[in-house]
Amino acid sequence: MNSDLLAVEKLKKHFVTARGTVRAVDDVSFTAKEGETLGLVGESGSGKSTVAYTIIGLHAPTDGKITFGGQDMSTGVSKRSRALKRSMQIVFQDPGTSLNPRRTIEQILSLPLQVHGIGDRKGRRSSVIELLRRVELPADYLFKSPHMLGGGERQMVAIARALATDPRLVILDEPTSALDVSIQAKIINMLCGFQEEMNLTYLFITHDLSLMRNVASRVAIMYLGKIYELAPTEDFFERPLQPYTKMLLSSIPVVLPEEEAVKPSRIVSEGEIPSPVNVPPGCGFHTRCPEMEENCDADEPQLVEVQRGHFVRCHKCAEPVTAEIAGKE
Amino acid sequence: MAHLFEGDRLGRRWEGFKKAWYKFSRNPVSVIGLVLVLAVSFLAIFAPYVSPHPTHARTYVNFVEASQPPSGSHLFGTDVFGRDVLSRIFFGFRYSLMMGSVVLALVVIPGVVLGLLAGYYRGTWIDTLIMRITDIFLAVPPLILALAVTSVLTPNIFNAMMAVSLMWWPWYTRLVYGLASSLRNEFFVQSAEVIGASRRHILFRELLPNCVSSIFTKMSLDMGWVILIGSALSFVGLGAQPPTPDLGTMVADGAKYLPDQWWISIFPAFAIMVTVLGFNLLGDGFRDLFALEEI
Amino acid sequence: MVDHVLRIRDLQVEFKVYEGRLKVLNGVNMDVGLGARVGLVGEAGCGKTTTMRCVLGILQSPPGKITGGTIRFRDRDVLKMSQANLQKIRGGGISMIFQDPVAALNPVFTVGDQLTSVIRYAATKRMDKKEIKRRAIKALADVQLPDPDRMFTSYPVQLSGGMRQRVCIAMALATEPELMIADEPTTALDVTIQAQVLRLLNELVEERATSVIFITHSLGVVKEMADWVYVMYAGSIVEGAKKEILFERPMHPYTLGLMGALPKLTGGGMAEGIPGRIPDYLNPPTGCRFNPRCTQAMEVCAGNRPEFREVDPDHRVACVLYGGEADEQ
Repeated sequence: MNSDLLAVEKLKKHFVTARGTVRAVDDVSFTAKEGETLGLVGESGSGKSTVAYTIIGLHAPTDGKITFGGQDMSTGVSKRSRALKRSMQIVFQDPGTSLNPRRTIEQILSLPLQVHGIGDRKGRRSSVIELLRRVELPADYLFKSPHMLGGGERQMVAIARALATDPRLVILDEPTSALDVSIQAKIINMLCGFQEEMNLTYLFITHDLSLMRNVASRVAIMYLGKIYELAPTEDFFERPLQPYTKMLLSSIPVVLPEEEAVKPSRIVSEGEIPSPVNVPPGCGFHTRCPEMEENCDADEPQLVEVQRGHFVRCHKCAEPVTAEIAGKE
Repeated sequence: MAHLFEGDRLGRRWEGFKKAWYKFSRNPVSVIGLVLVLAVSFLAIFAPYVSPHPTHARTYVNFVEASQPPSGSHLFGTDVFGRDVLSRIFFGFRYSLMMGSVVLALVVIPGVVLGLLAGYYRGTWIDTLIMRITDIFLAVPPLILALAVTSVLTPNIFNAMMAVSLMWWPWYTRLVYGLASSLRNEFFVQSAEVIGASRRHILFRELLPNCVSSIFTKMSLDMGWVILIGSALSFVGLGAQPPTPDLGTMVADGAKYLPDQWWISIFPAFAIMVTVLGFNLLGDGFRDLFALEEI
Repeated sequence: MVDHVLRIRDLQVEFKVYEGRLKVLNGVNMDVGLGARVGLVGEAGCGKTTTMRCVLGILQSPPGKITGGTIRFRDRDVLKMSQANLQKIRGGGISMIFQDPVAALNPVFTVGDQLTSVIRYAATKRMDKKEIKRRAIKALADVQLPDPDRMFTSYPVQLSGGMRQRVCIAMALATEPELMIADEPTTALDVTIQAQVLRLLNELVEERATSVIFITHSLGVVKEMADWVYVMYAGSIVEGAKKEILFERPMHPYTLGLMGALPKLTGGGMAEGIPGRIPDYLNPPTGCRFNPRCTQAMEVCAGNRPEFREVDPDHRVACVLYGGEADEQ
């Protein structure tokens, strides 16, 4: 029975700006078990990237708790121990800017080894060559600069860099969104291989639901800073409950007729996504929800477990459960 | 893989150099700049050996030869003391280049380091402290500050260099601050933070290399400016003192004799122009040199 | 008799760089009929954008150089046109929508300013300010922007990504072009907004019978947007067919590889990508450029470039598997 490696409790991250408080992450809770891939899906303003950055320490949480391997780490990266930094890594979304264009691949990959004292100076070059080999890149890439590599190769270097410290948790923020389909397949397969080999836990963020279907064991969908549905992958895709989930699933362009068949019927989204500075009152999704009811713009729904492992934030979907709970009290 | 690419290092360096030359030489004007700078530097370094009358650079008087127009024996003529203008110009290059080099050597490192710190710590008290001090220095017109400093101290070339240095460093801080504060939020810097790299590493190994192009370009253009300001100070008598063959002093001394003995003033002025032009053109070339090639 | 808006035949383009000559385009063949919706699918670096730049006459001329082929727009040879005539075409005949609406709109001018300058520039007769403004507001309403009058005085930075892209569409259509080129117009947008914008584009294009070339790397999107699809690889078109036929019976091994590499919404794990990498344009493979990666490659594939020929009605392929004499290189 795999233990919870990562636990996020009521996490909040607010940014105070001239235009108001941006509630980027507003009460998010979830856990990730060792060896699993937890998927995080959402559109712009959903807060999925902010969750990732807060977990990795680039932001300090405004409120809430983050626990990793039993240790509390609800602080920014500068206050974290070196051992903690070693066991958690991130692969960023834009391969163009996640590698310093003015450094060579060798320098980029040596950095984590150097910082964490892995191996000695002499052995470093061969360690770097070994890292390159694991991501199927030739050894002479040592001397190249990132701008000489294609997007897919840069991302492979970023992945190699993340794996260099032998971490336990790797956050992947849209790792293949900027890449072509054929390269994406290669990288995802590589990532799955690493996961098995090293018993890694992945927090996988993407807006590509077809991809999510094939990589995640559980999926959470975020909207305006909150989780609106969290379920095991099959339940999420085949029996979505939240209207937003259904809307998203129905909007994806697919190729095969059998894919078309599993999509929920087309829900046309009207209107723009609200900004996290101005979250609509009550349920944040009510302005675009086709199934909006009376109290949706006043009362905020809570995230409740409607079935085993399947959580939903919606007045309508959660009715039977909340009624049951209310009845019991 | 026993040798692990060690032996190849020279080969790679040479390839890198060839590629750099290719990028630089795309623009013929930059090459002209390089040629001018190299020529001026050569003349400056080897002045005692290449100038026709090296002794004229110091105290020398020969009234028989005084105020001769350009001729075979004196290509640029002689001044009122009979000194060969051409030779004095060669020695004058020494003082100009020295002034530029010394000022930049004093100014670039502190200016850049302060800019990196302020940019990386943008939004904190470090940023405010550094940048407000920078603002104060920038608010004073450079020449005025230099004049003020040199008039308080004894006028000589050394003090002129100090004065110019004092008001030059903020420009580097400003430049690097702008670059560093925008680079600071790039993913590659955040990666380094997440990995746990030290602040020193982030400032000097991640941020600084991305500023180098702008810094070098500015340094080249600044050589020209510093030389001009140094010449201006000398022109008003606050820099190099006679008989030092500083170009600005030569222009000042010769100005009284315009337009009849034009060569005493015009040639040194022309020499200043050529030097500054060379550095300016070279500066443009640096930008091309450091540009990253897209695939 | 002109039945095609655009006809590209065997276009070849080279780029001069330090290391030598990049042979970027190696025989592009494309036909765009009147009022047709043509999709151009290809991965990064295959040359789609370069091709479109040639069509518009905006290829950067050193270092780029057109070394062969023809482009006929309305039966006039674009490659031989003067700059003045090209400008007229760019204004009136062909217009373009770019991938990044942030970069395509000038941040210091209002939406109204930018729209009216386009209208004024493309006007065939003199119009007074009122008339131009009226047309601009109508254009904004046509792209379903809420409150067109307020939109007219807004700055691009005040708009969301989806709205900005609609403004770009309005600008592209304001000149009443015969051909509109849309270069990955929805790649930067969220999924639900993407669905909205694509639907809008379809409606508009149908109303005005404009021909469209829709460039994308997403097969799903092209399935929704195009009637005819061209697949491009490493500088040449490898397959072109009516949409239904292409998806039902793809022929070229690259097309098959692309479709195979797509993650399926129905799950089933990630397929293998296409082995190998895109070719080095300095020393591209001889013959068919896909042959080093092709699972069905034969000896003859490295010999002569396969001819792009009609193999079935409404179905053209450049592959020796489907017979035909190979081209002389």
